[in-house]
Amino acid sequence: MKSQTKSDLLLKFTIYSGTICAFSVIFSIFILLVFLGIPFFQQSGLSFFFETWNPGQGKYGILPMIYTTFIIAFPALFTAFFLSLGFACFAASTGHSFLKKPAITLIRTASSIPTVVYAFIGVFLIVPFIRNIGPSGSGYSILSASLMLALLISPTMIFFFYDSIIESEKSLKEGGLALGATKTEALLYLVIPNAKNGIYAGVFLGMGRAIGDTMISLMLAGNSISFPMSPFESGRTLTAHIGLVMASDYDSPEFGSIFACGILLYLITAVLSIVSKIIYEKTGT
Amino acid sequence: MKKLFFISLSIFLLVSINCFAQNNLSPFKNEKGSLDIAGGTAHIPVLKEAAQNIMKFNPDIRITIGGGGSGTGIKKVGEGLIDIGNSGRKPTENEIEKYNLSMYKWAIDGVAVVINTNNPVSDIDTETLQKIFSGKITNWKELGGKDASINIYTRDEASGTRDVFWKKALLKGDISQKAVFISSNGAMKTAVSKDDNAIGYISVGHLDDNVKGVSLNGTYPDLDNVKSGKYTVSRGLYSNTKGEAKGLAKKFIDYIYSEDGKKIIKSKGFIPAER
Repeated sequence: MKSQTKSDLLLKFTIYSGTICAFSVIFSIFILLVFLGIPFFQQSGLSFFFETWNPGQGKYGILPMIYTTFIIAFPALFTAFFLSLGFACFAASTGHSFLKKPAITLIRTASSIPTVVYAFIGVFLIVPFIRNIGPSGSGYSILSASLMLALLISPTMIFFFYDSIIESEKSLKEGGLALGATKTEALLYLVIPNAKNGIYAGVFLGMGRAIGDTMISLMLAGNSISFPMSPFESGRTLTAHIGLVMASDYDSPEFGSIFACGILLYLITAVLSIVSKIIYEKTGT
Repeated sequence: MKKLFFISLSIFLLVSINCFAQNNLSPFKNEKGSLDIAGGTAHIPVLKEAAQNIMKFNPDIRITIGGGGSGTGIKKVGEGLIDIGNSGRKPTENEIEKYNLSMYKWAIDGVAVVINTNNPVSDIDTETLQKIFSGKITNWKELGGKDASINIYTRDEASGTRDVFWKKALLKGDISQKAVFISSNGAMKTAVSKDDNAIGYISVGHLDDNVKGVSLNGTYPDLDNVKSGKYTVSRGLYSNTKGEAKGLAKKFIDYIYSEDGKKIIKSKGFIPAER
């Protein structure tokens, strides 16, 4: 009896300390970002967030990067949403039973491919394609990055959609069919509305991934510092900016802008994943 | 198969050259210790091969070579964190005085304007180049090419290649905000070779059949023209030490200036400079 309590305590201690470790690391990353960024913010205030980028004229703002990050992420999310919802419905409900399993296995594989591979394929497939169909431009554009990003975030979203549709089918589909609804009607009017929390959660998580991804925008979006006004123009995201400017001098204001980007990215992705978590947890009740 | 044969042959030749050319390496006999080098990235291929030769000759010597950019190289060597700091530009008067730097310029590198091999344009003058890069000329038609918009490719701010191109070819003119950013000389070559309407710039050492070098004000950017000074968009590659170089650092720099060192510099596409 006594030895059991001891091992219980040990287990409890191990689990708690693991949790505390993970927590404190995540928090200290943020504290460190702010702490290291303070000298730069003292010098130039919060102008980092509201100015354009033009080192030649002493401007080190990240406004174009903030704009480009969203202008790439939202269309990607939009495309991926319909792609994923269709796929999830197919794999979870309406699809031919013979194809359901291979389909979900395929997505499982796709989700484990490193993003640099997606980006690399994009350089050789999407960029020349966009260059040829576009009115002008090099093909390194927000459209190229957006399309590839949609493909990248789809597996994450499909998993969320798939799980919640399966879950909601269990309780609702039979009842719906018994009331005389067709398979499609049951899916559209009963199953999907009931699975909406899982779908919202997937969307927020997908958004977080789209904003946080680095390689695809770095390799496909062209990294120019303008505000892209057409899908065929190029732009630079917050993540790509960090990757590009990292090599410059530590003391320089260029380097300071990295901290501004880092803090902003940290906050955006943290909020998105917390929102996603809260919504998903509601599903259970 | 043929390629494999050539690779193994060249490895064999390199190894045998090493065996015969021991006199350039002999100062490293009985030496011991480590040497830390960092800074400009253009230097790395040359210094890496030199370091490999030395470490193969005497395994007791350890040499590490890092990047970081010209500014970082100067700062780090000045603060005594490394033994040799590389820079793709001459350190400023301020830096030399502050850190008591000794400079060793061991190679000359040019920066060439490049376009796609399908592009008929072959000569551009400075004024036109400035207009292209600032986005005032936007169509190849205006230069006698086909009716297609010009796609500008540039390098990131940490690039030494960008620095010298901006100062000596564009004469500090604007670079369009719409320019696509590329992160290395190799990637620039790939991008320009795949885009019919591209214009970019690379180190002369990287110029080959995949892209077309453009004459600037009538002078073609090849090694001879860079060497004679006729092609003006060029820079020195410097290695800097705090105070006079001594000990292992001095021997390393001597080796870069030796016949062996010059061979390596040439093989990497740069022009060896006398001390």
